[in-house]
Amino acid sequence: MTLLMFFVWLAVVIAVSIALAWGFRAVATAVTQGEMQRALRNAPLTAAFGMLVIFVYLVVAILAPMIAPFPEREVVGSQFMPWSAEHWLGTDALGRDMFSRMIYGTRNTVGIAFATTALAFLIGSVFGLLAATVGGWLDQGLSRLVDVMMAIPSLIFALLLLTIFGTSVITLIMVIAVIDSTRVFRLSRAVAEGVVVMDYIEAARLRGEGLVYLITREILPNVTAPLVAEFGLRFCFVFLSISALSFLGLGIQPPTADWGSMVRENATLITFGDITPLLPAGAIALLTVAVNFVVDWQLYRASGLKE
Amino acid sequence: MAHVWRMIAQRLALGLLTLFVVSIIIFGATELLPGDFAQAVLGQAATPEAVANIRRELGLDQPVYMRYFDWLFGVLQGDFGTSLAQRGRPVTDMILSRLGNTFFLAIYAAAMAVPLALTLGVLVALWRNSLFDRIANSTALSAISFPEFFVAYILIFVLAQSGYFPSMARMPAGADLGEKLYRAFLPALTLTLVVTAHMMRMTRAAIINLLASPYIEMARLKGMRQSRVIVHHALPNAIAPIANVVAINLAYLITGVVVVEVVFVYPGLGQLMVDSVSRRDIPVVQAIALIFAAAYVLLNLTADVISTLSNPRLLYRK
Amino acid sequence: MSNLPRTPGITRRGLMKSAGAIGAAGLILPASYRKAMAEPKRGGTFRIGFGHGNTTDSLNPALWDQAFVQVLGNTMHNYLTVIGPDGQLEPELAESWEASADAATWTFKLREGVTFHDGKDVVADDVIASLNHHRGEDSASAAAPIVEAITDIRADGDHVVVITLEAGDADFPFILSDYHLPILPAEDGRIDFNRGIGCGGYILESFEPGVDAHFTRNPDYWKSDRAWFDRVELYAILDSAARQNALITGEVDVIDRPDLNTIHMLERAGVNIISVSGTQHYTFAMDSRADPFSNNHVRLALKYGVNRQQMVDTILSGFGVVGNDHPIGRSNRFHADDLEEREFDPDRARHHLREAGLDSLTVDLSAADAAFAGAVDAAVLFSESAAQAGITINPVREPSDGYWSNVWMVKPFSAVYWGGRPTEDWMFSTAFAAGAPWNDGFWEHERFEELLRAARSELDEDLRAEMYFEMQQIVRDEGAIVIPMFSDYVMATADNVMTPDQIGANTTLDGVRATERWWFA
Repeated sequence: MTLLMFFVWLAVVIAVSIALAWGFRAVATAVTQGEMQRALRNAPLTAAFGMLVIFVYLVVAILAPMIAPFPEREVVGSQFMPWSAEHWLGTDALGRDMFSRMIYGTRNTVGIAFATTALAFLIGSVFGLLAATVGGWLDQGLSRLVDVMMAIPSLIFALLLLTIFGTSVITLIMVIAVIDSTRVFRLSRAVAEGVVVMDYIEAARLRGEGLVYLITREILPNVTAPLVAEFGLRFCFVFLSISALSFLGLGIQPPTADWGSMVRENATLITFGDITPLLPAGAIALLTVAVNFVVDWQLYRASGLKE
Repeated sequence: MAHVWRMIAQRLALGLLTLFVVSIIIFGATELLPGDFAQAVLGQAATPEAVANIRRELGLDQPVYMRYFDWLFGVLQGDFGTSLAQRGRPVTDMILSRLGNTFFLAIYAAAMAVPLALTLGVLVALWRNSLFDRIANSTALSAISFPEFFVAYILIFVLAQSGYFPSMARMPAGADLGEKLYRAFLPALTLTLVVTAHMMRMTRAAIINLLASPYIEMARLKGMRQSRVIVHHALPNAIAPIANVVAINLAYLITGVVVVEVVFVYPGLGQLMVDSVSRRDIPVVQAIALIFAAAYVLLNLTADVISTLSNPRLLYRK
Repeated sequence: MSNLPRTPGITRRGLMKSAGAIGAAGLILPASYRKAMAEPKRGGTFRIGFGHGNTTDSLNPALWDQAFVQVLGNTMHNYLTVIGPDGQLEPELAESWEASADAATWTFKLREGVTFHDGKDVVADDVIASLNHHRGEDSASAAAPIVEAITDIRADGDHVVVITLEAGDADFPFILSDYHLPILPAEDGRIDFNRGIGCGGYILESFEPGVDAHFTRNPDYWKSDRAWFDRVELYAILDSAARQNALITGEVDVIDRPDLNTIHMLERAGVNIISVSGTQHYTFAMDSRADPFSNNHVRLALKYGVNRQQMVDTILSGFGVVGNDHPIGRSNRFHADDLEEREFDPDRARHHLREAGLDSLTVDLSAADAAFAGAVDAAVLFSESAAQAGITINPVREPSDGYWSNVWMVKPFSAVYWGGRPTEDWMFSTAFAAGAPWNDGFWEHERFEELLRAARSELDEDLRAEMYFEMQQIVRDEGAIVIPMFSDYVMATADNVMTPDQIGANTTLDGVRATERWWFA
């Protein structure tokens, strides 16, 4: 019976998502023009859904103080109040409004995850492409360095570095970004290695083009697709890293609301069948799915498959 | 084939170098951590006198480089030293049973996750952009966006509280294989859920990536069935990237599972490592770091060998 | 337990909590309950899940810190004295003792006929070696400061030990009940703790640090009415959700430190909650040498700026009582009951701020969950309540790793855990005496020192009480520690676990003696 209800709800959720995605695509096509409009019109519904979710998250993140009914850190009620008209999602262990913290969490979490992933990709791909293009000692040196860093389990490495350097948001972003960038380095180097042996690169070299030109104009455009695909997953791994770190007692400074820590704070409840921790976890999952839907669409466009 | 052997030898040599550098980094980092073993083990009860006495007893008052070289010479002779905390107990002895547990859990999880991920990956590539693809993808993505401990708690709620499986994966001495598999089922399942998505998506991406190549077009134009095209033509050429992602995930199953170990009270290496780091028990930290690094190096090497063997062009390169 | 009648409206937990709150030293159960479980019986495997346990734990008593090793020690070892469930000192290996007139020389008469697990008799030499393990210049023991006052130990025959102190101490026998000081067999004047031999109620079978410890009952145990179980198993289950689930699914029989946030749900899952109010308290220590905390008005402003009741309600989920900025618990002998309770008062906080010549105050408060469970949340709550008095407190989450060496007594304002001490003198000398190694407020007070010395060697109880009352007041009004809450010792047990009428309040798990005092229905 419960299983049946579950499937009914699942069907309803899917139907509503499809309708929303369709609506969003219609609106988006109406307000854009040219190349973008054409791309959007042909976007699959999943991609439209992904874009809708990302759009909503962005709006919530930017307008957080205006949307949230209560401040981020203020204690406004007693501990663990149930869902009510005043506190839509109840209150947390300290009596802070859960709904407001979810909203502020959007801003903090998405901000931190985006900054971290972007930094990781910047570091990783710059060095990865350099290594592949220049080759020789630079390539050997960087590759061995990355090998060493990857041979140390990332969680333990992060734990060590954060304990040494402290746990401000900036250090957190830097540490996770540097550790993550090793993965990006390997990927971009591997992909670029396949590209640098191509004839057109050889031709550009013979033309006497500089290193910067080679990388930005000739190699980068041909390695974007796998990098973008990786971006989708890396993005979500940042949440996981923060969450795992807060499990081990590090993580984001309180009273800042972030989803990873909120899952951790409320996780015990799930073992009693209380769904509160599913909210921040679900928010992360939804964003991950959305980002990857968009990424899949971009990949598909880039792959040149026509069907 | 000679080429492959040369590559293996070369990579093993490089691997040893990697291990050496890792040992320096870990030693240095543990050294940079505020506090040392004496302070950590005394905790709140530390007094300057007691701290100084413990340091003297254990030789922690020696300069850093001296301690590192002492350790290094020991290792070169096959002696990993004794734990600072369990004085007189060789590190190898402390690690051995946990090493077995760690490998057991990793193999258990891999045995479930790898076939599952590869099968699903091929299926979603075959039926790409279908409803099945979307649902499998969304489920997999949702599964990896849940933190491990959270997945574990959900499994405990569903499968342990109803009495199907034990919530604690402790391994009684002398348990037979059947009981071990039963007791470790929940942690293995948790890890399966965590690593499957990554491997599945990479398999899908690797195959789809090939579908646009001319030789696949050709096969299709000949009127070959879609499933045959994928299994016989695309898959063999996708082995390299798949082997790589599988290697990374296997390495993760060995080195990265401390959270799952904590939740299921499973005595593996991860928790020993984190504990030893927090107590600055350097000989233990070093030994485990070397094991983890070696696992990573060897798995990567295996993946590369498989890639090379799968690609005749690489195999017979001059 | 199942035949215990459930009075509507009063749960067992309600009863136990009120019993603790009215100030009993231990815990008194209602008469009906007492009868239902009057007859202890032997048998069963008793399994405890701990929220502590580290792979670096060892059998060395000098390094014992948390509950796992404390229970391990009290399961396999005996001590000279032991604190009874009612908070009074009871004889254990020491049958009796007497002090010289100045309370500086103590003579302990050892019980005869007690043997170690290997069959050897327990004699004076063992006691001397066991205490010397913590003494001396090169002592690496966490208990070094508490045995520092001992200047000489000597045997007088096989069963008499004479201990000389540098100054009189009326409470000295209490010190010997400290969990660091078990009696181990001596060999050539030293103890070899790695052999795992003791004279307690259970024999150590195996010990895997950070994982588990197994024991079987000692058939030759000298106490006939203790140690009821056939086997004892201790498990380290650090994650609180895992610990609770181990209890719910029957993997263990008792857990300590259940997650207070979800304890109401745990109760619904059909387990019993035992809560005992004792000396354990959570504090915020200010470095009184450093500005702005060197000004007592600033310290008072912070003391008035903390909402104590809110902290007890949220951080402790009601399992505790408010603190009054001094470290003496309601169960202590000389607790000053008449001292006015300090309430949350933003206006007075502002007043003291003005007295200190400040318009506003901004300070960082360091915390980590290593300090105590919920310390980071407590710091956040403190900052919220202090904000109402114009005080800005920035909660700083420090790494749990290395908290005690890098944050506590290093950062000027930090969250601290205190298990408390069974006697006033012990508590004050440990954490408030000028120059004491754990005086985490770096606080000095002339009158306080005078009283501390005088009270220590005073044998007249009334006079001592008076002195301790005054000291509590001084610490409350001028001390450098904010003490917002006293936390109960909370445990959860399966239905078939039986406990005596009264449960020790000096530390968790019945004074860490649960394996000896409890039994199965």
